[in-house]
Amino acid sequence: MHALIDYIVSYLHNETQTPGAAGNIFWATVYILLVFGGLSVAVIAMNWLERKILAHMQVRLGPMRVGPHGLLQPIADAIKLLLKEDIIPAEADKLVFWIAPFIVVLAAFTVFVVVPFGPTHAITDMNIGILFMLGVSSLSVLGIVTAGWASNSHYPLIGALRSSAQMVSYEVAMGLAVVSVILMTSLNAQGVGTLSMIGIVQAQQAGHEWFIFKFFPLGLIGFGIFAIAMIAETNRAPFDLPEAESELTAGFHTEYSGFRWSLFFLAEYSAMIAVSSIAVTLWLGGWLRPFPNALGGALWDQIFSFFPGITFLALGGITFFNVRRMPKHPLFRIQTLGLAGFGAVLGLIGIILFIAPVRERVSDIFWFSAKVAGFMYLYIWYRGTFPRYRFDQLMKVGWKVLLPTGIGLLVLTAAVGMRSELWSTLQEVVRR
Amino acid sequence: MNPIATNPPVATPFFFYLLSATMIIGGILVITRKNAVHSALALITTLLAQAGLYLMLYAPFVAAVQILLYAGGIMVLFLFVIMLISIERTAKERQFNKQWLVGIVAAGALGGLFITVYTKGKSLFPLPQGPVSYAEGQNTQDVASLLYDWHKGAYMFSFEIASLLLLVAIIGAVVMAKKRI
Repeated sequence: MHALIDYIVSYLHNETQTPGAAGNIFWATVYILLVFGGLSVAVIAMNWLERKILAHMQVRLGPMRVGPHGLLQPIADAIKLLLKEDIIPAEADKLVFWIAPFIVVLAAFTVFVVVPFGPTHAITDMNIGILFMLGVSSLSVLGIVTAGWASNSHYPLIGALRSSAQMVSYEVAMGLAVVSVILMTSLNAQGVGTLSMIGIVQAQQAGHEWFIFKFFPLGLIGFGIFAIAMIAETNRAPFDLPEAESELTAGFHTEYSGFRWSLFFLAEYSAMIAVSSIAVTLWLGGWLRPFPNALGGALWDQIFSFFPGITFLALGGITFFNVRRMPKHPLFRIQTLGLAGFGAVLGLIGIILFIAPVRERVSDIFWFSAKVAGFMYLYIWYRGTFPRYRFDQLMKVGWKVLLPTGIGLLVLTAAVGMRSELWSTLQEVVRR
Repeated sequence: MNPIATNPPVATPFFFYLLSATMIIGGILVITRKNAVHSALALITTLLAQAGLYLMLYAPFVAAVQILLYAGGIMVLFLFVIMLISIERTAKERQFNKQWLVGIVAAGALGGLFITVYTKGKSLFPLPQGPVSYAEGQNTQDVASLLYDWHKGAYMFSFEIASLLLLVAIIGAVVMAKKRI
């Protein structure tokens, strides 16, 4: 028993390693559970936010009935989905139909093993981190394709075919954009390139420059390619052809219902979070706070570390403002009290985040999550504003625009990175 | 010393046998299933287990490429083609064609080769002298320097030839598929 406690405490003195790298099974399990729980909460929150934000963009109110401003709507949805009848079509391939949602969910959750929420806040750090993320997230298309095929129905099959063609095409452009970033890590100093997710952020920290600004505008172009390709990878609007509801009912998951359908839903949103965190890690400095140069120094570090607490206090404040705006009718009494309680919890979290040891430990997680949340908002914004592409247009963008741009970007990044060597070689040639 | 704190190695015989068994069962399923999609899924399982074996051999880069290219890329295209085939008709057709005798001879020859390597492996492929260092963190860099390094790179020419071959295959596919370009 004593040895076990020693084992658990031993990791706490370790300030440079992730639990996976330190080989500490207990803390690795804790981190896995934390990431899993946080992800589930994020998906639930995204469900509500997407409906609300989309509604407000279209001058509607969105869910308003269940709880104040529909805050409890995701819980009601979850209960409804779990209670629904689980139907497997008679003509379906039972085994494959049963396995397909699990493939998608497994692929979507496994990638979070290497997502770096902070220099020590990752489950583990692999020296092939980014390749692992791309590889495992590319497995999710297998689940979608098998789901569409196993349903043994026309619309799902068309959806699955579209999905496989789309994902394979956009993976190429995505890979090229990622390779240009890996080149940038090695161009900081010769021969120290890395594929590790933590290493990539540390390379940006060492260069005092996020890769989106590096070799301007090359980093920005790479980021743009990735930002387009990642929407196609996750089958979201305007590239949501595999589930285009006006053409294919619901695409590859038409025949799914109840719990199995909710697994697809869960996988889609956690895949969105996963690719957003790739983009944040590769181009937007991961857990690093914004403005490291313009607002540098210990004082600014201190000021920026108050941000997580301030954010939660502000959220609590908004909640209390809305508590006062609730209808005064006695029927709304319980809702009002509940909302006030929610606001109090938010404010309490905000106050806890001001305590110095917590503040220092949590600020990296906060900045990473804030950047990912920005991407999540972009996803909703795209869905609210862009019309869906036609399939030939989609293929044209993928193969004729993104792919050549990606190859050109790769060559240019290498050339700009090696410019001093190229210049000296050129001078030597001219001298001869 | 605490027994759990000593970082148990993952590359244990248990995992080797587990992954090998998965591969063998998957391989048998690939050739015995009548339904082509089931075969493809079994093949994916086999490829993933193989990636696990690469990880055990301290070759994480090869494992990642295996997942990325074979399981994620090529198998998706496989499934894409298989789904266009009528499953009902192929299920009725004979599983094995008339060349099964030749197949058995070839498989027997390959098995003989494996047994030879297994029994005489140490003299055929001698281990390097001295302690073998597993530079796990350097695997990607090692592969790169073997391929591209100016001094150590022994395989650059063959690598470029292989990529040229692939380019020819791509162009050939486009020429054959499109009548008018």
